[in-house]
Amino acid sequence: MSDEGKADGGYFGRSILRKEDPALLTGRGRFVDDLQPDRLLHACIVRSPHAHARITRVDTSAAAAVPGVKAVYAFADLPPMLQQKRLPLMSANPLIKQPLTQPVMANDEVRFAGESVAVVIAESRRVAEDAAALVDVTYEALPAVNDVRKGLEANAPTVHAGTASNLVARVPFVVGDTDVAFKGAARVVKASFDTHRGGGFSMETRGCLAVPDLNAGSYTLYLTSQSPHRIKRVLMDMLEFADHEIRVIAPDVGGGFGPKGSFYAEYALITACAMRLGQPLKWIEDRAENFVATQQERDMFWDLEVAIDAGARILGLRGRLIHENGAYVAPLGLILPWIAVTHVQGPYVIPNFSIEMLVAFTNKVPTSPVRGAGRPQAVFVMERLMDHIARATGLDPAEVRRRNFIQPSQMPYNCQLIARDGKPVIYDSGDYPEAQRRALAMARYADFRARQAAARTEGKHLGIGMASFVEGTGLGPYESATVRVATNGKIIVCTGAAPQGQSHKTTLAQICADLLQVSPGVIDVVTGDTGAIAIGVGTFAARSAVNAGSAVHMAGIEVRHKAILLAASMLKVSPEKLDIGAGYVYNVAQPDQRKSLREIAIYAAGSPGYALPGEVTPGLEHTAYFTPERSTYSNGCHVVEAEVDIWTGQVTLTGYWIVDDCGRAINPQVVYGQVLGGTVHGIGNALLERLLFDEHAQPLTTSFADYLLPLATDVPRIEIGHMESPSPLNPLGVKGAGEGGTLPAIAAVIGAIEDALSPFGVTINETPVSPMRIVDLIRAAAPETYA
Amino acid sequence: MKPAPFKYHAPRTTGDALRLLADNGDACVLAGGQSLMPMLNFRLLAPAHVIDLNRVPALAGIRVEQNVLHVGAMTRQGDLETSSVVRDAAPLLQAAVRQVGHRQTRNRGTLGGSLCHLDPAAELVTAAMAMDATLIAESAGGGTRRIPIAAWSAGYLTNALRPGEMLTAIEFPLWRGAQGHGFVEFARRKGDFAIIGVATLLAFDAAGTIARAAVAIGGCGPLPQRPAAVEQALIGQRPSAPLFKEAARLAATIEAHSDAHVRADYRRHLARVLTERALAEAANRVHDAGHGASQ
Repeated sequence: MSDEGKADGGYFGRSILRKEDPALLTGRGRFVDDLQPDRLLHACIVRSPHAHARITRVDTSAAAAVPGVKAVYAFADLPPMLQQKRLPLMSANPLIKQPLTQPVMANDEVRFAGESVAVVIAESRRVAEDAAALVDVTYEALPAVNDVRKGLEANAPTVHAGTASNLVARVPFVVGDTDVAFKGAARVVKASFDTHRGGGFSMETRGCLAVPDLNAGSYTLYLTSQSPHRIKRVLMDMLEFADHEIRVIAPDVGGGFGPKGSFYAEYALITACAMRLGQPLKWIEDRAENFVATQQERDMFWDLEVAIDAGARILGLRGRLIHENGAYVAPLGLILPWIAVTHVQGPYVIPNFSIEMLVAFTNKVPTSPVRGAGRPQAVFVMERLMDHIARATGLDPAEVRRRNFIQPSQMPYNCQLIARDGKPVIYDSGDYPEAQRRALAMARYADFRARQAAARTEGKHLGIGMASFVEGTGLGPYESATVRVATNGKIIVCTGAAPQGQSHKTTLAQICADLLQVSPGVIDVVTGDTGAIAIGVGTFAARSAVNAGSAVHMAGIEVRHKAILLAASMLKVSPEKLDIGAGYVYNVAQPDQRKSLREIAIYAAGSPGYALPGEVTPGLEHTAYFTPERSTYSNGCHVVEAEVDIWTGQVTLTGYWIVDDCGRAINPQVVYGQVLGGTVHGIGNALLERLLFDEHAQPLTTSFADYLLPLATDVPRIEIGHMESPSPLNPLGVKGAGEGGTLPAIAAVIGAIEDALSPFGVTINETPVSPMRIVDLIRAAAPETYA
Repeated sequence: MKPAPFKYHAPRTTGDALRLLADNGDACVLAGGQSLMPMLNFRLLAPAHVIDLNRVPALAGIRVEQNVLHVGAMTRQGDLETSSVVRDAAPLLQAAVRQVGHRQTRNRGTLGGSLCHLDPAAELVTAAMAMDATLIAESAGGGTRRIPIAAWSAGYLTNALRPGEMLTAIEFPLWRGAQGHGFVEFARRKGDFAIIGVATLLAFDAAGTIARAAVAIGGCGPLPQRPAAVEQALIGQRPSAPLFKEAARLAATIEAHSDAHVRADYRRHLARVLTERALAEAANRVHDAGHGASQ
């Protein structure tokens, strides 16, 4: 430990209060829309009302004549480079057969309702909206693809006119030999699953503000994003900026949940318009736009079968996934269905595995990861299969899972699959049977059947559901961190990780505080600014504790080491005699012989003519990049108790118990919040959230009156227990915690409903389920119920 | 999400408000704003004038006179919820208002605003239908029209007010003697507009037989329905679970519509289920309005 900070008084592992909260709770947060530079102009984007149409004419003259309107631009008015370039593939993959990405604005064809057709720029948003209504676009409607499965049929209309098919990619995932496994099976269980998820719907919608610096000839784009460094790289490519000509800043971000991790056409468009006008320009997406223009997750359809032996052990799993891609290949490419397929296995031994992944276009806004990113659907199908096996064999559902769990002694466990980052899926650590045992104990599972029977005598239908999960977290390729002691004595941590509620400013300060032996309160954590640190990636895929946390750790060790070497030079004592604490480096034998970190920082900045000690670089700072060898794998188990009113179909969650293992927790209260929030997201996905489209792919849920998010009154009391299986893959032993709550929630909630309805023989292979759907399922399985 | 331009008026008296309404044909009246403001922001409505009634104190108030509960149109839903006058005289109205939106929206939302907006599943409209409310419409120059709730709808989300008319008060005739009330609704989430809501009133004679029944089902059309067959099946009968079950079956025959979220047959199914529950609720909390005692 001598080189890695003192264990005593350590802040790592403590639930200190969040450094972010005082500003947010007193209304001093600083979000994109709070920024009001002088001469600010406002943009309103004209969006296609058609899911698929040919544009024959765009007349902007009436809009341009509205007083207060500065400019109206359609495709033909874009600079040539934005006419020629489409959005880039940030996660390119040679398996994408039709890499058709979105243009910055539609030219002659719109392919989803909500696609940008023109932009109106005015002195206020209100005037821009008034004028936007006057932009006259003539459309010729084209046949639209709503259902991805129908779009794959022969002679289906194509989403992109003139293409031969809607297929984006067809990728086989194969481990072992499923044909042999199925031939030797004692039993085969089959099911088809319809898994729908909604969008991210963060409280703050998307938005950006482009500010030209006319003196420097450079631009700053403020935007609400999960990864400003990646946005900058795309802007450099699309608008041909040199590195110093564009700076991207994500100030406070009001939620991300995945959709804010992508690059969107508006970011290039607004920057280009500000360049052309030479004035600051702001575009804030309103909620109506948010429902049609921000990427969503939507539909995955699965046909699966699982072969088991006489003891209910899985011999093989095979089938097909059809993923609905939306109208364009999104900048993140195939990662969403890819993650889904590689998470189906979960915590179970599946020696033979074969899933064909089909991805196809539809005339809808492109798809993006949403908290969990395909994993909740994968957990759903696997856990539903486990329950089906239990029903088919008469075994207890918990016992079926126990017979198939990967055992701790098998760690590290190689699933033989290739993850979306091209690296093998190898689980690093975890005790899946123990997580289940603890969750079942919390839920008093042993006496649930007696409680269920007693409730039934009163006409109440109680059920219990469970789901275990494994979640790939800590995705590479790397994250950056600079730890710096400034010459005014301030300690600053800069990182490319860009938080949207994950508490980076608290947790990264805790890591740094232990290394420099100071309070986290004196450490400023600077995030989301490409001007603060040159290289970075961003916050998504539950990656920042692992990557940014480890990078801060590495940089902090180096700064501590430098401080001691520099102080040794200043004090003219041997470095081994020195230690760090309370803002000083001091002589352990003679503590009054010391130098403050500020003095050392000034010394490290150097004076002309005076040499620094030979072995240290200038500046009391260090930048480190943590590059994980491969992903870390969190795990856990959810158990849910639900009561179903069979007459209305209403579901009430009557109990919820969680065991979550994300390795070592930097701040348990922060982990608790992440798990709780993630779980509520999953509850919404199971019971409420559905994006509806009509047969012409016209979105029908375009406000929160039609698209239902869970309210506080939909959230049961949730008890969370933690386990810690440290990851061997990073110096902190941490894993990701941001998405784990969501992964098993859908499966567990639906399982509980199905169990409650077991007297009626109802099977549920879909999510979400509405009360009406539950009544339909009961009526179909047991028609006499409502006689 | 910014409203189209409009001219804003803030009259201080009912007379001024009525004059503004008469002078400006293309006007919307702003009560609590819980529906109007989102509709303006979505540009579903783009009136040239908005007449804000929030500074007209004479339009709010609750009182009972001659066995009629009088409520001013601008009375806040939150005031209905906490009023002891409403609690004693018209507990059905209070049971209904508790299900309207959320505490924050009830602090702004008004009785008149809800009745004028006329959402098909609005709780207060359903309660008013069960109570045979009369709506008082006034216009500039002293014109007053009394509109029975049954004649209040002129179509989906459209009330029966004529140009220049404004809803100023609502009258609820009160029932005498032993009576009970029920209000049961089904909404996806607490505070949402109901898919179906059912309001019931039952009055009993000295022998405990149902002497009078009102059943109003909201959410099945532009205006809540009063299925006469259900009410007829109850009158003259002694309350019992089998009676309510059979009467509720008749509720399943009412007309209903389908939309993107909910099919007509599920609405009819819910009408049956909730009618049975609302009748049981009414029978379980009988009180005598003559003495104000509850049992």
